[in-house]
Amino acid sequence: MLRYLTKRLMLLVGIVFVISVGSFYLIHLLPGNPATVILGFGATPEAKAILYKQLGLNKPIYLQYFVWLGNILHGNLGISFISQTTVSSVIRSALPIDGEIIILSQIMAFAVAIPTAMRSARKPDGIVDRFLGATSFTLLSIPPYILIIVMVLFISIKLGVSGTGPSAYVSFGTDWITNLESLSLPAFTLATGSFVVYYRVLRSDLIATLQEEFITMARSKGLSQRRIMWRHAFRPSSVALLGAASVNIGGLLAAGFVVQYLLQIPGLGYTLILAINESDFLVVQGIVLTVSILVVAINFFFDFIINIVDPRISRE
Amino acid sequence: MSNFSLADAAIMVERPEKSRPLGLFFWICVFWVGLNIFGAIFANLLPLANPLNENFNAINAGPGLHHLLGTDDLGRDIFSRIVYGSRVSITVGLGAIFIGYGIGAPLGMLAAYRRGRFDAILTTIMYVLLAFPALIATIAVLSFWTPRSLLKIIVVIGIASIPLVYRVIRTATLSVATKDYVVAAKVQGATDRRILMKELLPNIAPIAVSFFLIGVATVIILEGALAFLGLSVNPPTPSWGNMINEARTVLAQNFWLAFFPSLALCLFLIALNFIGDRIRSHFDVTEVKL
Repeated sequence: MLRYLTKRLMLLVGIVFVISVGSFYLIHLLPGNPATVILGFGATPEAKAILYKQLGLNKPIYLQYFVWLGNILHGNLGISFISQTTVSSVIRSALPIDGEIIILSQIMAFAVAIPTAMRSARKPDGIVDRFLGATSFTLLSIPPYILIIVMVLFISIKLGVSGTGPSAYVSFGTDWITNLESLSLPAFTLATGSFVVYYRVLRSDLIATLQEEFITMARSKGLSQRRIMWRHAFRPSSVALLGAASVNIGGLLAAGFVVQYLLQIPGLGYTLILAINESDFLVVQGIVLTVSILVVAINFFFDFIINIVDPRISRE
Repeated sequence: MSNFSLADAAIMVERPEKSRPLGLFFWICVFWVGLNIFGAIFANLLPLANPLNENFNAINAGPGLHHLLGTDDLGRDIFSRIVYGSRVSITVGLGAIFIGYGIGAPLGMLAAYRRGRFDAILTTIMYVLLAFPALIATIAVLSFWTPRSLLKIIVVIGIASIPLVYRVIRTATLSVATKDYVVAAKVQGATDRRILMKELLPNIAPIAVSFFLIGVATVIILEGALAFLGLSVNPPTPSWGNMINEARTVLAQNFWLAFFPSLALCLFLIALNFIGDRIRSHFDVTEVKL
């Protein structure tokens, strides 16, 4: 177990290194001198001096990377050219919103996917399974940006449910009920996408698990269907579910971006798109770096959990 | 075993015992995809209104005789914009997946066939790349690599799709590469090239075709998301994604404006996904996680 984790940790460090080089190099994809593009033509010498110091622009490119990395490691992601605040404070205020949407969506997705997958797996190819299969297949072909538009159209515009439409966002600290209302449609949209993935993975894994000999054994002992499902079949199959959740996390963040953009919820996604449109490149770079590292770290965390659930994996 | 010819084995894999007919819905989906591609190619020759023509006498018109699916807030014909818009989605979808297959598929086959260190290193690299969400990576690159063009979008998404294709093709090849008929071919002294082309390739073809279609659908979703965020081709050139983006501000006033491009996109995706899924189950390939 320890050896396995060390190996994974080394890989993690490697990946983070690659991410940092990639995010660093983004600035150099800009056409022309980065300082001019980032600050615009009318920039003051002071602003230029700060940016040069931040990015080490007067040095050769490999040294620039280390200057930049040094700043990042001290928590200094630079200063937003539009709002004149630090990029790290911009990210700190936006990130919890993404977290909240994702957590809400995952609660909904698991709550629906686990029972439905069990129901399907009990009688594969039965009426319920076929219906759920067709439903999940159709949902697979509906991208989040269309789903959220349909929901806004019907729920906030046609039905007029208050607090769910565009720019209805209120922070959790101000009023938590209104906050949950304003995040309900985004969370539901993300939950739908996750549900499809979890349902399909868990269903096929449960069907395979239910054919194992220990299940036959449990059945012959006369255990109840419910007990067999939860205690004997779900536990081994939950490894596949956790694996799916781990892979899904990146997609969730991305889908969250799209949903926030429509509803003008000031999470990372909306902030990112605003920054792109205003050419506020240090904010874009900071968000890309943060999100990529987060995704990798969460994947690593899930690996760890999966190992606890199924210790066989680390022995392979 | 000694009488077991290689040709027999290949036939046995190609024709599973329980092959159901493909079914009516499959052919409807094929027809629908064909129709969309036909429309995209011949949009100029078809009797369609100019998708860029603004007509201020018919703004935000609902569906009707003059404008089949209505008009947008500048009086442009929605039906014609959807037909022209399909060009962007289909070009990006096919172009990016061609890049993904061109690089990912040979690498995947080779890695699964050779195994060893080559496979181990390449697979680690690909799994590292897979860890990044494709949408965020493409947003990142496209927001800095300006000015944006269709070609850049295709290249960026194409590169992002390489690890996905690699994983699918490698898994598919692995399941075939250890089969008896491959071992038999090796024992008979067949060259690597021959084994890869004549033994492995035909047997992974169904899953490759199936994932090709699902891959195109995935790329179209991705391009749509980029367009929705305003990072794909620039207006006024229509694409399904940027039509939905433009409609988002007038949702309450003109519902049709968002509805039709969304419907076009979803129907096309359902058709592609269904064909891909049906091909896979028809050839009875064990369900790998795509």
